[in-house]
Amino acid sequence: MKPIKTLSGPAAALPRANVDTDQIIPARFMSRSRTDGYGDQCFHDMRFDQDGAAKADFPLNALPEGPTVLVADDNFGCGSSREAAVYALLDYGVSAVIAPSFADIFRSNSGKNGLLTIALPPATVQALLAKLAEAPGTPAQVDLPAQRVTIGNEVFAFEIDPRLKHRLENGLDDLSATLQDADRIAAFEASYFGARPWIRPRKAG
Amino acid sequence: MSPHHTAPRTAIAKIWDRHRVLTQDGTDLLYIDRHYLHEGSHHAFARLRETGRELRHPELTFGVADHYAPSSPLRATETTATMIDRLKRNASDFGIDSFGIGDPRRGIVHVAMPEQGLTLPGVTVVCGDSHTATHGAFGAFAFGIGASEVAHVMATQTLWQKPVPVMRIRVTGRLPAGTTAKDLALAIIWKIGTGGATGHAVEYDGAAIAALSMEERMTLCNMTIEMGARSGFVPPDETTFDWLKGRPMAPAGDDWEAAVAEWRGLTADPGAVYDREVELDAAEVAPMVTWGTSPEQVAPVDGAIPADANGDSLGYMGLEAGAPITGITVDRAFIGSCTNGRLSDLKAAAAVLAGRSLAVPLLVSPGSDDVARQAEELGIADIFRAAGAEWGASGCSLCVGMNGDLVASGERCASTSNRNFRGRQGPGARTHLMSPQMVAAAAVTGRISDARALLAEETKA
Repeated sequence: MKPIKTLSGPAAALPRANVDTDQIIPARFMSRSRTDGYGDQCFHDMRFDQDGAAKADFPLNALPEGPTVLVADDNFGCGSSREAAVYALLDYGVSAVIAPSFADIFRSNSGKNGLLTIALPPATVQALLAKLAEAPGTPAQVDLPAQRVTIGNEVFAFEIDPRLKHRLENGLDDLSATLQDADRIAAFEASYFGARPWIRPRKAG
Repeated sequence: MSPHHTAPRTAIAKIWDRHRVLTQDGTDLLYIDRHYLHEGSHHAFARLRETGRELRHPELTFGVADHYAPSSPLRATETTATMIDRLKRNASDFGIDSFGIGDPRRGIVHVAMPEQGLTLPGVTVVCGDSHTATHGAFGAFAFGIGASEVAHVMATQTLWQKPVPVMRIRVTGRLPAGTTAKDLALAIIWKIGTGGATGHAVEYDGAAIAALSMEERMTLCNMTIEMGARSGFVPPDETTFDWLKGRPMAPAGDDWEAAVAEWRGLTADPGAVYDREVELDAAEVAPMVTWGTSPEQVAPVDGAIPADANGDSLGYMGLEAGAPITGITVDRAFIGSCTNGRLSDLKAAAAVLAGRSLAVPLLVSPGSDDVARQAEELGIADIFRAAGAEWGASGCSLCVGMNGDLVASGERCASTSNRNFRGRQGPGARTHLMSPQMVAAAAVTGRISDARALLAEETKA
């Protein structure tokens, strides 16, 4: 994962609540390998009509590419746990999503892949949605060390879990860190399974 | 979540504490007892291969072909075949017992793994699928994860988790005749919304919950993810133990006795403090039907679409605010999925179908090959076929739109699945979620109908 300090680019609004991961990437596309890229499939059925032409009424189509900062309404990323939703957003060009709230698994998947999920108060988000509906592509900057996002001339502070912030700023992945604690996992297993050997699945037949 | 065992603890806290390997900066490394895989796990396998890592515990890891399993060979495609084969190859390369096509243990992961006795009270269960919450029905702490976490569990058998807030949903009273766990789940979502439990582990409690069968508990916990929760949980009791005893991979003999002794302690302590509490009376639950594109856009069958209903959703669904739920015409129907593909679901639908014939096409995909086998033996499959339904093979089928089963654009489907999202059953498809007997009622009348009325006719006759 690439370290993240600051991000900058256009912001745009998707003024919808409960944007589920099936909308972010329809299930029929998910057999693709990660290396083949998912950007063309992001929001596919909202973005394109049946002939593959960009839909004029899809707000993000006002920009030539995906916005760097996407602002959406409540419960963004609900539904299926597919991490491909995060790949699709990143490959489409989105580096940060702002919403009043996020679905749990989506938020966790985002953190593992360097997609920032920034929760701001509902009233703030409503104001941003209105503003970006008028001016899609308004320049935005995210300063991760300072925990600050700027959209146009407005600045907002945001919260982030310190452990996640450290990982993102340094481009660290969980797995290599955890493997350094392999001895402690082994010690846990010895006592855990020692006390309850029946936890292991019985070999059938 | 307090590590001090003197304070009264929630059931989830007890399981959590027992699985904590270590803590860093307020985040716990939790041990994972069961890891279930399906064809969608290919990203995680690719990551392991890239880094040259092995599975730490292949014997705690089980795979099954379900998402891409075609319900009919006529709808198999190159993609479905490739995905199923890829799982088989990955499982074989990494030493995992995986239930492929033709294996009698195969079925939807959240149906098949419990059938094998793999999901047990008090264990931690993860799977790269949001409906992993289902396994909480057994008193397990079970939740869905993404591909990065799947790879992490493969390599370490652990996961980093921030202590989870716990929410108690107490359901008093008893579900009225003709209502189901599906209706209860939709009624809870109606009350609290799809974000009502976001980030929380839910513990169910109350007389109505204790009275639920194991299969009903699975339906309820399955739908808990649609409230935004990470997991659902029902305290294990005699219903749980009776269901599990004798399952192929469940503990046996002295191990069984030791296990049950431990499982009896998996209830919340009196005085345990919850981060949020909700209570409702099961007696007030009616058959529920979704009218929109989110599970919270739902109403009782004798109700109407709200006057202030979201216009976007109504536009997609081709419906109007204020219209009654009963009478909405449907083009097809589906019975199956990890929510409602179990034997009791098929029985409940068959009770409505018996002696009637379909007004619109009905596809049935049993939750597992074992469910299909039992349905054949009991004559239930024949009732479906006699009514004119397509009796398909087991799998995720029409719940997920990735295995060849699709609802055409603009078509309206009465469905026992769990998500009425835009395009979930195919681009432009319109989904109405409801219980199996309500889907059966819609299938024989061609419109959304109160299954209780059809069942009452039967009693009169």
